[in-house]
Amino acid sequence: MTKEIKQFKTTLKEAGLTLLRGETSTLQINTGLLCNQVCKHCHLSAGPDRAELMNRKTVEEIGEFAAANSFSSIDITGGAPEMNPELPYMIKIFKEFAPEVIIRSNLSVLYESGRDSLTNCFKEAGVTITASFPSVNEKQSDSQRGNGNFNKSVETLKKLNGIGYGMKDTNLVLNLVSNPAGAFMPASQEETETRFRATLFSKWGIQFSKLFSFVNVPLGRYEKWLKTSGNYFSYISELVSNFNPEAVQNLMCRNLMAVSWDGFLFDCDFNLAAGLYSGEKKTHISEISIPLKKGAEIATDNYCYACAAGKGFT
Amino acid sequence: MDTYYKPEDLPKFEEIGEEAPELANKFFEYYEAVFAKGELTEREKALIGLAVAHAVQCPYCIDAYTKACLAKGSNISEMTEALHVVTAIRGGASLVHGIQMRNISEKLSM
Repeated sequence: MTKEIKQFKTTLKEAGLTLLRGETSTLQINTGLLCNQVCKHCHLSAGPDRAELMNRKTVEEIGEFAAANSFSSIDITGGAPEMNPELPYMIKIFKEFAPEVIIRSNLSVLYESGRDSLTNCFKEAGVTITASFPSVNEKQSDSQRGNGNFNKSVETLKKLNGIGYGMKDTNLVLNLVSNPAGAFMPASQEETETRFRATLFSKWGIQFSKLFSFVNVPLGRYEKWLKTSGNYFSYISELVSNFNPEAVQNLMCRNLMAVSWDGFLFDCDFNLAAGLYSGEKKTHISEISIPLKKGAEIATDNYCYACAAGKGFT
Repeated sequence: MDTYYKPEDLPKFEEIGEEAPELANKFFEYYEAVFAKGELTEREKALIGLAVAHAVQCPYCIDAYTKACLAKGSNISEMTEALHVVTAIRGGASLVHGIQMRNISEKLSM
């Protein structure tokens, strides 16, 4: 078995494909790498010791840009966005510029004292919460996200249900994201959603709106773990063997632009983690007035196999 | 040959079809259909496969179905319980033959 991985660009070329930008409908904002958790699968190596954090000036620059354009969704991620003191301000201004504002939450951060005002802020603004919940098994989940975080997440889900999130009679959307706790591919989204729905309800009475099953991207702390655990080559090989040409045309990067905590532009959060700028040129949000151009080539690297595997990262 | 079982042999499974392709094709087609979602989910079928792999003590199958179970969303607790199911059946199969022992012993004894 050879230890060489075929370049993603070569694979695209052999399949007669190009990865070009479509209409940009989602503005993804990375608020910084500060996080209360140290997840083994984190592509950004976020954690409590990270100092990168978006400041008010950058928030305002993004706000100005968002106001001048028409995005269907503004997707706020981190790190833990809840640990950025500017989050309530971001929600307030971004809610005016897009019909949907999404907060990516690890849930355990909302368990900490003093975060109730934040969940109420989410509710009042009607933001969608998309929460990490890798497994319904405590041991499996904590092996990825740290001891104690499973139970904190369960308590937070109960609390969110309590204020209406994920409940059928409200419009408050609570989505879950499950991703593999190891060096293997994600399970079927449909089957996982059915199983999570039944287990969470029967064990804790928890409800949610929809579940997404995501693949882990070999970058940051996850890449390091793959290498130290001796799983790197077999994992990448599995991603390569699962390359699906049909998935390429629907990849999220085609319709998304990502902005880093310091205001620079990327085609997705994974390119942000890798430091691969959009158009392979360092451009600040304050330098542009319209979204990244339709038809522009999307910067890629071998970790892109993760998004193009199976049904794809959409 | 330093060992009978080599992990790199598992991906060569299809080579078995080189001598009798028609039979192999039928087998692999059947195999694929068996593990596709039906009344049972793919996850449930992988757990059964893992348990049987231990019963037949096939290292290739244990490797393949451990990976399959994890990739279908199972966790190590569920997988361990599946092994206990097959172990109970195997143990029970031995123990229930004790009735034959008792019948024979009863017939021969005063």
